[in-house]
Amino acid sequence: MSDVAASPNRRRGIVSLTLMAGIMLVGLHIAIGLLTLVWLPYEPNAFTGGRLEGASLAHWVGTDRLGRDLFTQLMIGSRIALTVGLGAVAIGATIGVSIGILAAFASRWLDDALAATLDILIAFPTLLIAMLVVAASDTASLGSAIVALGIALSAIVARLTRILAKRVLVMDYITAARTSGSSWPKIVAIHVLPNIWPTLSVNFALQFGLAVIAEASLSYLGLGAPPPNASWGRMLQEAQGTVYTAPLGAIAPGIALVSLAIGVNLLADGLRARIDAARTLS
Amino acid sequence: MSPLLEITGLSVRSATKVLVDTLSLTLQRGERLGLIGESGSGKSLTALAATGLLAPGLRASGSVKLAGREVVGAADRDLDQLRGKAVAIVFQEPLTALDPLMRVGRQIREPLRRRARRDGRPLSGQALDAAVLAIMVDVALPDPVRIARAYPHELSGGQRQRVAIAMAIACEPDLLIADEPTTALDVTTQAEIMALLDRLVRDRNMALLFISHDLPLVASAVEQVIVLRQGVAVESGPVARVFSEPAHDYTRSLLSAARRFDAALEGRQ
Repeated sequence: MSDVAASPNRRRGIVSLTLMAGIMLVGLHIAIGLLTLVWLPYEPNAFTGGRLEGASLAHWVGTDRLGRDLFTQLMIGSRIALTVGLGAVAIGATIGVSIGILAAFASRWLDDALAATLDILIAFPTLLIAMLVVAASDTASLGSAIVALGIALSAIVARLTRILAKRVLVMDYITAARTSGSSWPKIVAIHVLPNIWPTLSVNFALQFGLAVIAEASLSYLGLGAPPPNASWGRMLQEAQGTVYTAPLGAIAPGIALVSLAIGVNLLADGLRARIDAARTLS
Repeated sequence: MSPLLEITGLSVRSATKVLVDTLSLTLQRGERLGLIGESGSGKSLTALAATGLLAPGLRASGSVKLAGREVVGAADRDLDQLRGKAVAIVFQEPLTALDPLMRVGRQIREPLRRRARRDGRPLSGQALDAAVLAIMVDVALPDPVRIARAYPHELSGGQRQRVAIAMAIACEPDLLIADEPTTALDVTTQAEIMALLDRLVRDRNMALLFISHDLPLVASAVEQVIVLRQGVAVESGPVARVFSEPAHDYTRSLLSAARRFDAALEGRQ
């Protein structure tokens, strides 16, 4: 038995290439996002150069049509994207996991009703739901974008949680815990949540990527963070008119957005591979 | 004194079928009763109904009195109090009976802690750790300090079943329900687990409800036996009489199947 027991431990030490690439890309954005809190190359709204300048030593990716430094805006964009991603996933996870657990315990008709509602919500595109929520709130702000995306993501989390929790609840160890007089809240806390967490965490990473892209879309449509907040989506929208004369203004935020989205997806993939490997071995 | 477990006219129904049909049995403190029958005969359902743990789609009717309290139709809140001390279950498949992501020591610790708190004598962390190790020694787990830190997948099948038994007796139940506790194990381990159960039940003066389809195993473990077929009790009585003079055709067919199997084994040796 000891040789069987040793192999997952050995494997645990190795971080796959996918996971490593994901950690590096996401880590880069986190580092930049944190850096903006203490240092920026220029004042984000100061007119520090000519209009629509190309790349130079003073302005690494040039300036926008008002002469503001684009690299500074890109850095702030990292912080905003990460804030929105984290906030939306936190809200989506809280609401989604609560509803999912509730549905797993609910009587049959309530469970069916919840499941049907969730399926209908999921049938709507995430972005559409988020736009409705933003439209319902008075002013577009970073906060309303986060809440909107969180609510939109919660349906997917709820459906996944419900199915995972149901699968755990039929296990003998749950019955054993109940036989020994454990209460339902206690069982959820020490048995159900830890056992569904590995799968949920991978899903949260994917949702994070979705939220980042959705925030860019909202901002592009003018429903995200209002100016002067430099969101990648708004930068793309502003660069649209000058894409032939100053292509860097559109390419740079595009690359930033794609690199974070790919990084998050690689991270999720790498995590899933590791969890699957651990599961097969046990 | 009222019996520990008194089942009268218990029926379990799903939406379309009667799964257990007006079953009655009584179990006194310290007694051992076997419930035998083939797969799907309602043995396990009877055990779950006795503890009020039937799946949501199933309905029980009749009466189940556990330690004098009615279980059928009782609220979960009332049963939680009863379950921890009156009854504990050892399941067939020890891998699914243990939480895969929790260290073995903690899985034994939880019911111990709960039982101690319910009895109004909460234990300190150190006392609990000592009690966990004591129970692990009692179920003859080798190297308890190491195994307490292990996860279920790091143990052998027999060790897992010992852990499951440790969790059950940590509740200090009056009644131990063993639902095919050795079916998933190899023959040598089966014998060890049976000897362990036998000793624990005797030492702790528990009643035993032993559920199995394995006739020789039942014969060695219990005094009384009930034969179930499609949810109906077709025969009951002392083990020796039921096995030597079976009155019902179904019991005879079970016995002859077991004998043919034995003969085949011996013929090969």
